[in-house]
Amino acid sequence: MTTQILIAGFGGQGILFVGKFLANKGLLEGRQLSWLPSYGPEMRGGTANCSVVLSDDPVGSPIVHKPDVLIAMNLPSLDKYESAVVPGGTILVDSTLIERKVTRTDVKVFYVPATRLAQQNGLGNLGNMIMMGKTIRECALVSREGIEDAVRTVVSAKHPELYDVNLKALQLGYEFV
Amino acid sequence: MGNKVLMKGNEAIAEAAIRAGCRHYFGYPITPQTEVAAYMAKRMPKIGGTFLQAESEIAAINMVYGVAGTGRRVMTSSSSPGVSLKQEGISYIAGSDLPCLIVDVQRGGPGLGGIQPSQSDYFQATKGGGHGDYHLIVLAPASVQEMADLTGLAFDLADKYRVPAMLLADGTIGQMMEPVELAEAQEVTFTEKPWAVTGTKGKREHHVVNSLYLVPEELEKKNFERYERYAAIAKNETRWESFMMEDAEYCVVAFGIASRVSKNAVVAARKEGIKVGLIRPITLWPFPKQVLADAVEQVKGFLCVELSMGQMIEDVKLATGGKREVALCNRTGGMIMSPEEVLESIRKLAGGDK
Repeated sequence: MTTQILIAGFGGQGILFVGKFLANKGLLEGRQLSWLPSYGPEMRGGTANCSVVLSDDPVGSPIVHKPDVLIAMNLPSLDKYESAVVPGGTILVDSTLIERKVTRTDVKVFYVPATRLAQQNGLGNLGNMIMMGKTIRECALVSREGIEDAVRTVVSAKHPELYDVNLKALQLGYEFV
Repeated sequence: MGNKVLMKGNEAIAEAAIRAGCRHYFGYPITPQTEVAAYMAKRMPKIGGTFLQAESEIAAINMVYGVAGTGRRVMTSSSSPGVSLKQEGISYIAGSDLPCLIVDVQRGGPGLGGIQPSQSDYFQATKGGGHGDYHLIVLAPASVQEMADLTGLAFDLADKYRVPAMLLADGTIGQMMEPVELAEAQEVTFTEKPWAVTGTKGKREHHVVNSLYLVPEELEKKNFERYERYAAIAKNETRWESFMMEDAEYCVVAFGIASRVSKNAVVAARKEGIKVGLIRPITLWPFPKQVLADAVEQVKGFLCVELSMGQMIEDVKLATGGKREVALCNRTGGMIMSPEEVLESIRKLAGGDK
C-alpha cells in the first residue's frame, strides 16, 4: 500500500519539521518513503509545503499531486489543495487559523484547533505536532508505538528540552476529540 | 549493511564523496545545491580536508583543476547557471586528461532561469558544454541512494579513465530525503599517480599537466588517444535500468526525476492493459544506445519523458534509427509533469491498440 501525504501552511509553522518527523517514523518502521519540501523563497514566510510518500514498495514519484491525506495549516493551503485530495481521502484542518469548512463531501474531515491548543498548553507554535498526533490516530499512517524514538531523531541534539514538548503536543493531538 | 539513514540528496552526495576519499571541495553557493557545500563546510575541517568557498564558480573549477593535477580526489558542485560558468575550466581539465567530479543539480534555464528542478542541461552535459573534442562521463541519479552510489562510482570511473565525471541531478532529487545506505568509508591511501604533478624532488623527470598543444600533429594524437579511452568507456561502462520491459509493446525512456514520475504512469498504464515498460539511462554519456536499438525489434513506439523542450529525445531518435515513432512528454522551466500527463501520452502512443 502507498499513502501520499501533503502538509501545507505558512513558512515558520514547522511544516517541513513535522514532515520530517513522519518520514523518520516511517523509516523506523522499515517502510519505503520519500520526503520532499517546497524550497526557495517561500521558506521565508510565504507558503510552505511538504510531500511525504509512505509505501510498502519502492516509491515512484516523490511529488504528491493527489494526496490521500492533506494537513492544511492555513487558508491558502486549503483553498489550493482541497480539490486535489483523492475521493475517500482525509483532510485535517487547523480550525484556529482556518475559519471556513471543507466543501467536499466525499472526503473525511477533522477540525482541530491546533494553534489555540498549543498556546493554551504552553506549547508555543507546536500546532504542527498536534495536527500530526490527530493524523496518526485517524489515518493510521504509522503506529503510535515508538513515536518517542522518532521525536528523538528529529529534535536537534542541541535542544534536548524540545523533546518533551514535541511529545506532549503529539499526545495532545492524538487524544483530541 | 542494512543501516539506513534519512538524508537529503545533496547531503548524500557530500557524504558519499567523503567516503570515496575526496578531501578537497571547491564551490560557490547556488540554489538548489547549497547543502552540498554546507555539508562539506561542516565536515571537511574535521577530517583534515579542504573546504573552500571560492570567489566565483570560475575560480572554483580552476582550483579543482589544480588539485586534480596532483592526482587527489577533488570535486565541485553547482547548479545550471553556475555550471555554465565552469565550462572553460571543464574543457581544460578534459584536455589535460584529469579525473575529477563536477555535480550539476539542475534548475530551470536558460539564463539565470529559476530555482525549480529541470533537466535542460542535458545537451550541455552530454554534448560538450565547453569547447573542443571531449566528453564527460555523465551519471544521472534517480534516487537519494543513487546520489550516494553514483558519486562513488563517478570518482572510480574518473580515476580509471582519467576523464572528468559529472553527476547530473536535479533540484527534486537534491532536495528530497529518502532512506539511504552509505558505502563503507574508504581509507585515504594516496598512491602516486604516474602522471601527477607532485614535485620531482630532483629524483625524476617532471610531469606535465597541460591542455596547450601548439603542434597540430601532437594535439591530434592526444585527441585520438582520448577517444580510444572514450570507446572503452562506452564499451565497459554504459548503464541503464529496465523496468517492466520483458513483454513491453511500448517503451518509455526517462532519467532522473522524470523516470520516477514515469514509473507511476507505467504501473497505471499496465492496469489499463497497455503493455508498456521503461528504460532508464543511468549513464547519459555513454548513452545506452544498444539497449534502445535492440528494443526497436520488440516495441511499436517510444515515449521520451523529460524536463526540457526535448533534448535526450535526439539521442533516443539516433539510437532507434527512425524505425519507430518517438513521442515526447515534457515540461520545462521548473515545472514537473504529473503521472497522469505521462499516462495520457502513453495512451496516445498506444492509440486504441491495447
